[in-house]
Amino acid sequence: MNDYQMMVDAYKDAGGEDVFSDSDVAHIVLERDKILGQHTVEGLNVQAEKTAEDTVKVFVTVESGYKIKNPVHMCFGVLPEEGRQKIDMNVHVKENAHVEVRADCIFPNAVKVEHIMDAVINIDPHGSYIYKEHHFHGDNGGVEVIARSDINVKSDGKLTTKFDLLKGRVGKIDFDYEAELADNAAVEMLARISGQKDDFIKIREAGHLNGKNSRGVLDSKIALKDSGEAEIYNELTAGAAGAMGHVDCTEIIKDKAVARAVPIVEVSHPEAKVTHEAAIGSVDSTQLQTLMARGLDEREASEIIIQGLLND
Amino acid sequence: MSKLLEVKDIHLTIDEAEILKGMEFSIEQGEVFALIGPNGCGKSTLAYTLMGINNYQPQKGEIVFKGKNLNKMKINERAKLGLTLAWQEPARYHGVTVREFLSLGLKSRGEDVSEKKIRDALNQVAIRPGQYLDRFIDKTLSGGERKRIELASLILMEPDLVILDEPDSGVDVVALNNIGEVINHFRENGTGILLITHSEEMLHYADRAALVCEGEIIRQGKPDAISDYFKSYCLPCHKEVECDTEVAS
Repeated sequence: MNDYQMMVDAYKDAGGEDVFSDSDVAHIVLERDKILGQHTVEGLNVQAEKTAEDTVKVFVTVESGYKIKNPVHMCFGVLPEEGRQKIDMNVHVKENAHVEVRADCIFPNAVKVEHIMDAVINIDPHGSYIYKEHHFHGDNGGVEVIARSDINVKSDGKLTTKFDLLKGRVGKIDFDYEAELADNAAVEMLARISGQKDDFIKIREAGHLNGKNSRGVLDSKIALKDSGEAEIYNELTAGAAGAMGHVDCTEIIKDKAVARAVPIVEVSHPEAKVTHEAAIGSVDSTQLQTLMARGLDEREASEIIIQGLLND
Repeated sequence: MSKLLEVKDIHLTIDEAEILKGMEFSIEQGEVFALIGPNGCGKSTLAYTLMGINNYQPQKGEIVFKGKNLNKMKINERAKLGLTLAWQEPARYHGVTVREFLSLGLKSRGEDVSEKKIRDALNQVAIRPGQYLDRFIDKTLSGGERKRIELASLILMEPDLVILDEPDSGVDVVALNNIGEVINHFRENGTGILLITHSEEMLHYADRAALVCEGEIIRQGKPDAISDYFKSYCLPCHKEVECDTEVAS
């Protein structure tokens, strides 16, 4: 079996859709620094090029006025037990353009794997970019993910990111996303992660609502068990009239897990407003007991509540 | 009719406060038995004790359901025997849809999930399936809506005995009529009901009733008689009226 087929099979095993033969769907398939497939559609430039050992640069450019109908599928991963993959991503959504990217990052056999993503994202006026990243790490816990994003959303632009890692071990995750927003721009960053054993999760998401009437939502939901650990730093600053934002962090812990939430909220204009909520604790007893009163045992009931939280 | 539930001399003390002081009553199959009393008299504590919530473990007395002693059983073991509870304030669930929540009632009985049964149950509580099945049971639903959805889940569960804790609190008149219809549905299907309320209007749905005051049942009998006593003595009570503990016929 060739590398491409192995990668696509691993992608499907992780729940990915079979889209790579569809000529209407742009895609990229990367295994470590090997570019196994790439395809683009009108109005969109999706291109990968190897720039160094273990490093690939990925360009995504949406031309002005183009609304790309089908989500772009990106399949990244390392199939062997050991390896390193560094992706330098450069995204440019031009004026009045729209694109959605679904990135599946697959490390099914990882024992010692490093996945590094450095992204620069520019969204021009009235542009819109949705980025959904789904990770599948296998059961060894041998993945280290380091992700950095510098994001610039110009007036009336919109960015949505959604990260989820719900099956398999996390290993170690270290995120640092930072977004600057102009007038009427909006950003929504969502993270849903389930950690276990000695997994370590560190997330820093920051949104700077610099423009008038800009909007920001940072929403993290984390479930931890065994001796898993999480540190969530959500930062939202608002410095213009009408800027509004909300920070929400919910973490459910079991066993010896430890969770920390550090919301940073800064408002420097009297007509701006930012709110935050943080809740860390075990599964809510009323929720648990209601489900147990329907006949579920404690483990089944906890699982439904935690999965629900992470699906939210 | 056979005795479904027998509550025998239940005493419960929490943090040195005696909440339940020797409660004693029974419920038969298909019977609606109402417990009425003012806020804080121990009605909800009794409901939690019967269901085994919060590890409420009576220090004295017995809870016998379908001939089995429940005292040491976990909540889910009691549920599997056919006993369940509808909370006064139903829980919210992030990310759990109405459809998923209702399917638990069927799964608990070992039945396959049937879309038709779920829809029928929602219709019975005046909730439009098409508008609600894919909604999350979170803060976007009102307390009244969550209450009706919880009742639908009980309909699907088909328990032998259901404890309804203040089913009328926080609901509008339409929903109140609907709750009455659900009570009648349970009665017709042979499900016993322990109806906990502080509103004498709810006693109209009961076959028998008891009046609770400060952790004790002070009177049992026909709902009309209990309602009259409640209105005459309990509502204006300022601790000046001596209540007798004689059991009315």
